Amino acid sequence: MPSLSRAAAVILAKELRTEFRTRELLSTTVVFVLMVVVLFSFTFDPSAAESRRFGPGLLWLAFLFAGSLMLHPSFTREQGNDTLSGLRLAPIEPFAILTGKILANLLFMLFAELILLPIFAVLYDVSLLPLAGRLLPLLGVLLLGTLGLTTTGTVFSAVAAQARMRELLLPLLLLPVLTPVLIASTEATAGLLADPPALDRVWLLFLAAFDIIFLTASWLFGEYLLEE
Amino acid sequence: MDKRTRDWITSLAVAALIAIAGYAALFQAPTERTMGLIQRIFYFHVPSAWTGFVAFLIVFIASIGYLLKRTPQWDWLAVSAAELGVAFFTVVLTTGPIWAKPVWGIWWTWDARLTSTFVLWVLYVSYLLLRTLVSDPERRAVVSAVFGIFAFLDVPLVYMSIRWWRTQHPQPVIAGGSGSGLDPLMWRVFLTCWAALLGLMVILLRERYRLESLRHEVAEMTIEVERRVGDAGSLSPGKAIR
Repeated sequence: MPSLSRAAAVILAKELRTEFRTRELLSTTVVFVLMVVVLFSFTFDPSAAESRRFGPGLLWLAFLFAGSLMLHPSFTREQGNDTLSGLRLAPIEPFAILTGKILANLLFMLFAELILLPIFAVLYDVSLLPLAGRLLPLLGVLLLGTLGLTTTGTVFSAVAAQARMRELLLPLLLLPVLTPVLIASTEATAGLLADPPALDRVWLLFLAAFDIIFLTASWLFGEYLLEE
Repeated sequence: MDKRTRDWITSLAVAALIAIAGYAALFQAPTERTMGLIQRIFYFHVPSAWTGFVAFLIVFIASIGYLLKRTPQWDWLAVSAAELGVAFFTVVLTTGPIWAKPVWGIWWTWDARLTSTFVLWVLYVSYLLLRTLVSDPERRAVVSAVFGIFAFLDVPLVYMSIRWWRTQHPQPVIAGGSGSGLDPLMWRVFLTCWAALLGLMVILLRERYRLESLRHEVAEMTIEVERRVGDAGSLSPGKAIR
């Protein structure tokens, strides 16, 4: 039996290959977030100062909505040809399937976020520089916040895949659970985009704690979702 | 003592306790100095929240129990406790604004405790919705157990994050709550009310659990009947008897 990391890497490679053949998820996510960010300006008609104040919250809200929509194919995609049964039959730990999918979704979300971040900076008139004081810690916030999003999101995608109305159900399950991530990431991002940029370590630690708690829970209980 | 008599005795005991608690909260407890009579709602508001927490803790334990043991009884316990938790928190979210309107002047404010309680309520409403959307009983038990565990782990995180968020942006609107420095008599009344509501929850949990077990029995019987009819070959299964 291959080790957990090797098996997860194989699953990850398979997910990336499937996605980069079509790039469906990435392109729809990017356009979706962009649309939310632009539509927001219609509903609130913010001034320059207001848009800087609302920006971080709006950005994370858009990421969360995008995540709750784009994570849904993660398991339903396996149902079409019943490929999940194939994965289950493979001589690997069930958690490796989950890990591979969580990592793949993390990479998809981060990739979309990296494309969107400069566009957001231009539209909402925020500066992402200097590199060390602002951009690097911001990438850390993106990484930790998105890891929390994709960990719970991937597990709930496996939950929702077994229910009716799954497209609606996933956001319904995911968004309330992600309230802490939304608050912590928004606060940390707002601190970093302020002048001068300030990193509140408490929020970073909080996000790390969220990630660790739910990764552990997925490791302990996630495999039950994969049984037949 | 047979089961029926025991049920009657416990139900009557809880009913008496509720009557005592109602009397104590409305007449015995001293009237609060600044808020006046409206403060008495506190004796049912806060114990409802505590009872709801106990119910959600039961969901968590029963969910883990189900995943480890795979006996449907754990699942029956989980769904019964989840429904009760939502019911008690609905009481909390209704009595809260009734109290807040005269005291704060508004029905609702985005205060830390209110917001986190609301999120908690939504979490378990989603749990119940999820259950309605999975038809196979075993699948339903597994996926809702996993969600029940995740939801409960999320509760302290929700409370902590909203608390820190609000302490970083203080709100001017909130007058101090009535939790600090409670009069000893008030404490006694408060604990009586909590005991009454906990007793109510246990009784309801028992009944709801039995209902779930009966439903399970009916489902099993239906399957059995359909199988026998199918074996006889005279009727196509599932068509004649639903």
